[in-house]
Amino acid sequence: MRYLPKSPADREAMLKAIGVRSIDDLFSPIPGEYRLTRDLKVPRQMAESEIVDWFKQRSKENGDDYTSFLGAGAYFHYRPVVIDALVQRGEFLTAYTPYQAEFAQGTLQAIFEFQTMISELTGMDLANASMYDGSTGAAEAVMMAVRITGKSGAVIARNVHPEYREVLGTYATHQGIPLATVAYTESGRLNLKDLEKALGDDTACVLIQSPNFFGTVEDVEAIAEIAHKRGALLIVSIAEAVSLGIVEPPRVADIIAMEAQSFGVPVGFGGPYCGVIATKEKFVRQMPGRLAGQTVDKKGKRGFVLTLATREQHIRREKATSNICTNQALVALMVNIFMTVYGKVGLRELAKQNLAKTAYAADQFGKNAKVLFAGAPRFNEFVVQTSEEPSAINSRLLGHKIIGGLPLKKFYPELGNAALWCCTELTTRSMIDTAVGLVAESERSVGSMKEAEEVTL
Amino acid sequence: MPYPIDRKYTREHEWITSDGTIGITQYAQESLGDIVFVDLPKIGTELTAGKTFGTVESVKAVSDLYAPASGTVTEANGELATSPEKVNKDAHGSWMVKIKLKDPGELNSLLSAADYEKFAGEEAGH
Amino acid sequence: MKHMTRKATRHINQNENLIFEKSSPGKAAWKLPPLDVPEVDTAKLLGKSERKDLGNMPEVSEIEIIRHFTRLSTWNYAIDLGMYPLGSCTMKYNPRVNEFVSRVEGLANGHPYQPAKISQGAMRIMKTLSDCLIEITGMDAITLQPAAGAHGEFTGLLMVRAYHESKGNARKKILIPDSAHGTNPATAATVGYAVENLKSNDRGMVDVAALASQMNEDVAALMVTNPNTLGVFEQEIHKIADLMHAKGGLLYMDGANMNALVGKARPGDFGDDVMHLNLHKTFSTPHGGGGPGSGPVAIKKALEPFLPTPVVVTKSDGTMAFDYNRPQSVGRVRAFYGNFGMFIRALAYIFANGPDGLRQTTEDAVLNANYIRKGLEGTYDLPYSTPSMHEVVFSDKVQSKKGVKTMDLAKRLIDYGFHPYTTAFPLIVPGALMIEPTESEPKEELDLFIEAMKSIAEEVEEDPQFVLDAPHNTRISRLDETLAARKPVLRWKPESTSH
Repeated sequence: MRYLPKSPADREAMLKAIGVRSIDDLFSPIPGEYRLTRDLKVPRQMAESEIVDWFKQRSKENGDDYTSFLGAGAYFHYRPVVIDALVQRGEFLTAYTPYQAEFAQGTLQAIFEFQTMISELTGMDLANASMYDGSTGAAEAVMMAVRITGKSGAVIARNVHPEYREVLGTYATHQGIPLATVAYTESGRLNLKDLEKALGDDTACVLIQSPNFFGTVEDVEAIAEIAHKRGALLIVSIAEAVSLGIVEPPRVADIIAMEAQSFGVPVGFGGPYCGVIATKEKFVRQMPGRLAGQTVDKKGKRGFVLTLATREQHIRREKATSNICTNQALVALMVNIFMTVYGKVGLRELAKQNLAKTAYAADQFGKNAKVLFAGAPRFNEFVVQTSEEPSAINSRLLGHKIIGGLPLKKFYPELGNAALWCCTELTTRSMIDTAVGLVAESERSVGSMKEAEEVTL
Repeated sequence: MPYPIDRKYTREHEWITSDGTIGITQYAQESLGDIVFVDLPKIGTELTAGKTFGTVESVKAVSDLYAPASGTVTEANGELATSPEKVNKDAHGSWMVKIKLKDPGELNSLLSAADYEKFAGEEAGH
Repeated sequence: MKHMTRKATRHINQNENLIFEKSSPGKAAWKLPPLDVPEVDTAKLLGKSERKDLGNMPEVSEIEIIRHFTRLSTWNYAIDLGMYPLGSCTMKYNPRVNEFVSRVEGLANGHPYQPAKISQGAMRIMKTLSDCLIEITGMDAITLQPAAGAHGEFTGLLMVRAYHESKGNARKKILIPDSAHGTNPATAATVGYAVENLKSNDRGMVDVAALASQMNEDVAALMVTNPNTLGVFEQEIHKIADLMHAKGGLLYMDGANMNALVGKARPGDFGDDVMHLNLHKTFSTPHGGGGPGSGPVAIKKALEPFLPTPVVVTKSDGTMAFDYNRPQSVGRVRAFYGNFGMFIRALAYIFANGPDGLRQTTEDAVLNANYIRKGLEGTYDLPYSTPSMHEVVFSDKVQSKKGVKTMDLAKRLIDYGFHPYTTAFPLIVPGALMIEPTESEPKEELDLFIEAMKSIAEEVEEDPQFVLDAPHNTRISRLDETLAARKPVLRWKPESTSH
């Protein structure tokens, strides 16, 4: 076995040193009737070349030569090659959580820089070292708001990512947090009148997403005012991190629960991703997740440690702020490197390209089909309503090796034949024109079918 | 370290004076180590004897604070929010909250300085 | 340095400031292609939502980025540098082929919502890994969705709760041995259960008599780690399971220590009902400085209706699909399907081993732990003489007489070129030194470790202060954790605005 660094002679010598005759003696604590005496029924040992072949085969079955208009919480952005070059350094890849600070300053300083950049981009005072992902981060933010306010309810916008809402539902059930959902308006934005009605004296927080699931930027200030008036905190979920390059961050929010996947993390069939919670300084002790902090060593030299650990499960046990005990350090490092590569100017330019591609696409689609939720600013996603089922158009588009927008019927049946389309800097004009052409064709043929029906009547 | 005789003590290592001023003991301070944060209740909070009313944190431990007697919080020592080290420096001089005692008679069942010193000594011997 | 160490030598490494301190306007590491659509007026599109300023984000060139992170990396210790004997963390070799295959185009760029027709490869990976893990654990079904071990615990207990609710009574509490990981009680509380402590007996195992007296119809489950955190196999595990089952309770196993069992014994065979695995421990996915993990939960048939949605199923035509129609499901615990990238790595590890390799791996892990135990017995106090499996727990009882505690010994170990073992855990051993070498260590490395630990013990006798002041050879000395917690500085600020 190529991963095991022992010769038969080594094993013999070690058994002898221990004072046992055979390896079986060391397994004698396991009662005989539970010891497995056969081989596990798993595939036989494979050569490295076979393993690579097997996964390459799976890659081929997984649409490895398609381009895509999918977004909806998982975004295709270009990943600078320095990211993988650096995160694959063994000192980052194969290190543990930096509890022994003197031996882990690399990871700790990187986390400190990550916290700083996320704080800068979100306009919050501070950010944690990362969470599992955007969905669990949003759920943790709601529980945090409940702890801060001492109130129990949460009001959720219906245009928050449907799977985020499902995850929150799972958590809330067992925390005794009643959830109320608020509808969206014609513009795709949260219905403020409904929001006012949904808020009660026992509402701990309002959770919105901006840009929301439809790609529309919310009027965060108006929402904050309504929430704060009733003593509720405002939590803003940000699923598309690149939007922060050009969309003003929700500085009036109390907590921001972000998914940073867009910043250099592979779409990777849904994970691992990188959730983050950013908040105001006054809430730091109620914030879940790890934190790196600056301090000095005995000689006064600057260094970093994990700090405020008393919030965490290994100390507080059943009184912990959360049961989370990992962050997504290596993924956060990808995010960190991405933010460093693009930096102050590049992030804005990158976001501008997303905006331009999306504006062009929405414009083109709009000439042939109905683009919903006009009248409010959007970032890089938009909803197109067609006469035909979007999945039917999508299957024709697949013939061009292009994956179309996400059909929304499953999540929002009231929108009918609608699909959520996403354009990033990687979306080419020719992709857009091809998709628009097929949508136009579909509309024409549905139209002529209708005409035909009318003629036969 | 002598324990002042002007107050009473609990087995959870808090002290309380007859006018309802509450803090933690020298022994508690020593066993916690460097205190980094003190979480105290707001003014008006009702405390119940024997129930938790706040926490004291060191770098690697959190300890609950238990009310020596029942009453309403009239004041919380805001200074400790920014200078928790004061508790380490002078545990018996650094009060945490002041309460309006519901029943001053409750203090009678608490430990005297001498009894507490003995109790703390036994605890340390473990 | 007092004693010579054969493992490590000091050498120069580079100083490096924070990235913000290297930034200056006009430097850039990025370049976008020309826009192939018309430019837009951002102010017109976004109105008052337009962002004008990105604050103190850095502006640096590519070579500076490479040097920055490379320099930082050299300040870390890592498995790639040597033994990393953290008990209960299973710091084993992270094979590079895992990294390679996880980056294959169609897998790294698969979108979670792409049509099923072109997601067959990803689903095949999930199904194959599921089948392997079910076989390895001896359970009946599995979910791969949880993002980490603690998340797996949460999911497992949600299913426990749903199971009891389906029988008409969710029950009130979870029994947890005093040797358990801190996540266990934290998780039980998150799921709305009260926690009741269960004492260990003098051999470090669950006290079956105590369990019998504490077990009743209010108890939803017992959470055990097996082997437990002392590295001791719960020999009466089946009796424990029977006691739980007799009163309608379930047995939850924390699979943190599965590296002691793979290919040698299966929790499903000894009465376990629910368990989580840590792919980042037993199945070699990298720890990455603290994540990402992955915490699949394997269960017995009776709990299957409660699995989180979706579940991968094989259709009659042989193709695969996600099944969302599961009315009794506990719901979702995470968006999409879990940490898919970790599934790829874990499966590549299983392929590289096969049944014979997995068994040999477990045997070597147990062999290594016992070799260390033998080597250090007599030098360090062994609080429980019960046989060790994959890890061994000593205490600082002898050394603390000189005022040197487990953490001090650990810091001195750094000077010898080793990452410390786990300190001060499990809680039932005062001053614990919890050592798990894993199968990845050659005999030479183990010998060096034993030598280092013995040498440190001698130093404690000769000059305890020297050990108390360790580490001596790192770029920084012991850091002031009290200051960090009292006056938290959690982000960088430019000189002029920082206070």
